[in-house]
Amino acid sequence: MADHNDTIGEDVRESEFVTPAATTVASAEVVADGLPTEQELGEVVGDGSLAATMTGQASVVAPRSRMRDMLPSVSPKLVIGLVIVGAIVLFAIIAPFFTLDPSNTEYDGLLRPGEQGHLLGTTAIGNDIFAQLAHGARGSLLIGIVVGVIALVFSVVFGIFAGYLGGWADEGLSLVTNIMLVIPALPLTIVLAAYSSSRSMWLVAGVLGLTSWAGSAIVLRSQAKSLRIRDYVLASRVSGEKSIRIIAVEILPNLLPLVAAQFIFAIIFAILGEAGLSYLGLGPTGAVTWGIMLYQAQQGSALTLGAWWWFVPPGLLIAVLGCGLSLINFSIDEIINPKLRNAPKAVKRVRKARKTEGEAGSATLEAGA
Amino acid sequence: MKYYGRRVAFYAITLWAAISLNFFIPRMLPGDPADILLAKLARNGDVSPAVVQNVKLILGGSDESLWTQYWTYIKNLFHGDLGISVSKFPEPVWDLIRDALPWTICLVGIATILSFAIGIAGGAWIGWKRGTAWDAFIPFTTLLQSIPYFWLALLLVYFVGMQMGWAPVAWGWDVQTYDHPELSWPSIVDVFQHAVLPATTIILSSVGGWLVGMRNMMVSTLSEDYIVTAEAKGLRPRRVLWTYAVRNAALPSFAGFGVTLAFVVSGSLVMEQVFSYPGVGKLMITAVQNADYTLMQGVFLLTTVTVLAANFVMDIIYGFIDPRTRHHG
Repeated sequence: MADHNDTIGEDVRESEFVTPAATTVASAEVVADGLPTEQELGEVVGDGSLAATMTGQASVVAPRSRMRDMLPSVSPKLVIGLVIVGAIVLFAIIAPFFTLDPSNTEYDGLLRPGEQGHLLGTTAIGNDIFAQLAHGARGSLLIGIVVGVIALVFSVVFGIFAGYLGGWADEGLSLVTNIMLVIPALPLTIVLAAYSSSRSMWLVAGVLGLTSWAGSAIVLRSQAKSLRIRDYVLASRVSGEKSIRIIAVEILPNLLPLVAAQFIFAIIFAILGEAGLSYLGLGPTGAVTWGIMLYQAQQGSALTLGAWWWFVPPGLLIAVLGCGLSLINFSIDEIINPKLRNAPKAVKRVRKARKTEGEAGSATLEAGA
Repeated sequence: MKYYGRRVAFYAITLWAAISLNFFIPRMLPGDPADILLAKLARNGDVSPAVVQNVKLILGGSDESLWTQYWTYIKNLFHGDLGISVSKFPEPVWDLIRDALPWTICLVGIATILSFAIGIAGGAWIGWKRGTAWDAFIPFTTLLQSIPYFWLALLLVYFVGMQMGWAPVAWGWDVQTYDHPELSWPSIVDVFQHAVLPATTIILSSVGGWLVGMRNMMVSTLSEDYIVTAEAKGLRPRRVLWTYAVRNAALPSFAGFGVTLAFVVSGSLVMEQVFSYPGVGKLMITAVQNADYTLMQGVFLLTTVTVLAANFVMDIIYGFIDPRTRHHG
C-alpha cells in the first residue's frame, strides 16, 4: 500500500535522501554507516587516530580528548556564521529602539541614501528604510523562529515517532510525510493564505509551519529507525519503559545535532517563504517584515524609478542571514558526519607529508608507486 | 516489480490527497469564497444557474451532501472541468492553464536540468579536490542558496536588464512584434532571449543545493574502502573519479531530484511575477490578486499534478539506475 519497507535494512531511497537544503544531504547520508550514534557512544575512532595512520605520527596526535572531537571544531565557517546571525539578531533587538517610526511619512517622496538624515534613504511614500529594516528584522526573525518551532514539533512527531514505533504507525505517519514532501509547499501556502482577508503574523507563521516539516521528518525518521535497534534502546524497552519516555530520554538526545540542523533549516525556509508570500501580497497585514518591504517596493515601482536602495537592502539581509544560518548548519553537519570533517584534513596532511618528504629529497616513495 | 507497484500506489494516494485538499480547503477555511466569487460574477453580467452550480461545486456552499459534492467534483475533474475564471470571464480555467503550463514546464524544466548538470559536475570536481582551495567554493554557494528567487530576479531585471540592457526583462516574447510566438526563426530566438534572465535566476538559485549535496557525497564516497582499493590497484585517477566515485556519489542526487523540483517550482512561481512571465505562476498570482478562487484552485491542482508526474518519472528512472531500490523496496 504505502511506499515503505518495514525491514531493518535501509531502504536506499530513504536513507540517502537529498532535500533542497544541501545541509541535510550529509545528515541523511550518515544513516548508512551509523556513525553519529557510534560517535555519541564514544566508540568512534577520532580524527586524531585517522591522521595518525595517514602520517605515521601516532604519538603526536593521540592525546586529543574525545570531548573535543565531538564539539564543533572552531572552524572559520562556524565563527563567521555565528557572527553574522548574532549581529542580525542584535540588530533586530536593539536597533528598533533608536530608529524613526517605520510607518512615519513625515517626509514626502523618495529620497536617496543619506539625504536629510535618512541613513538608507526613504521609500516613495517617505518611510525611513533603515527604520523599516530594523523593525522588519524583528518581524522576519519572529516568523522564522515560530515556524522553526512548529516544524520541529511536526517533524519530531512524524519523523522520530514513525521511525521508532515502526509497523503501521510508521506506514501511516510516513505516508503523510511523503505526501507533504512532494506537494509543492508554496502554492499550498498561497492557497491557504489567499482565503483570509486579514492575516496576523501568527497565521502566516502557522501556514508556513504546516507546509515545511516534511523534509526534516524524513531525515529524522531514518535516523530514529537506525537507533531503535541499538542495545541501550532495546534494554530500556525490555525493562518496561514507555515509548514516550524512550523517545524523550534515549532517542531524542542522540539526535540533537540533527534536530538542531533541521531547526535552522526550517528557519531559513520560513524567512524565504515569508518573503515570497509577502512579495505576492499575502504576507501579514499591518506588520513590517523584509518580505513586506519588497512587496511595497514592487507596488511603488522601485525598479522603474531606479530606487535600488529600496529593494536591495531587505533581500540582501535575507540572503546574508540565510547564509549565516547555513554556515552554522555546515558546522553541525561536520559534527554529525565526521567524514566531511576528516577527509579534507586527511588529504591536506597527506599532501603536506609528501611535500616535506619531497623537500628532504626522498622521492623514492613516489618512484616506487 | 514490487518497487514499481509501491510507487504507483503511493502516487495514486498522493494524487487523491492533492485532489481532496483542493476540495476541502475552500470549504474548511473561514469566509465564504463561493459567495464572494458569485457576487463578482454577477457584476460581469447575468450568471446562469449552471455556473452557480459549478462554482458551488468547486468552492462549497451547495445544498447537497458533502459526499455527493465530492463525487461530482471528482467526476468533473476527470472530464477536465475546473470551473470558470472570474478575472478572465468567461474563459474556462482549464483553457487558461493549458495556455500557461507549457511556458513554465519548458522554463523550469530546462533550467532545472541545466542546474542539475552544472551542480553535479561542479560538486564532483570540488569533492574530488577536497582539502584544496576549491573548498572555499562551498560557503559561497550557501549565499546563492539563501537568496530569495524573486529578489535575485529583481536584481537581474534592474542591473542586467535595465541598466545594461543585455536581455529583455518582461513577458515571454516580444509582444510588440508578435501577437503570439510563431514557428519562425526570429520568433524562436526572441522567445529564447526572453527566457535568459528567468532561467539564469533559477539556475543561480538552485545550483548551490546540487553542488553542496554532490560535494558532500563525493567526500564521503572517496573515503570508502573500495576507493582506496581502486587507488591501490594503480588505476588511473580519472577512472577512479568517474567509474568509482561519481557514479556512486550521484545516486542520492537523483533520488532527491523530485523533491527539489517541488522546491524549484515553488520558487519560480514567485519569480514569474517579477518577469511577468506568462506561465502558471503569473496566472496564479493574478488569480490571487483578483480573488479568482476557481482559477487559483485549478492552478494549484495542476501544478501539484505536474510535480507528481515529474516525481513519478524520476522514481521510475531511479529504480532503473539503482537496482538496490527495486530489491529493497
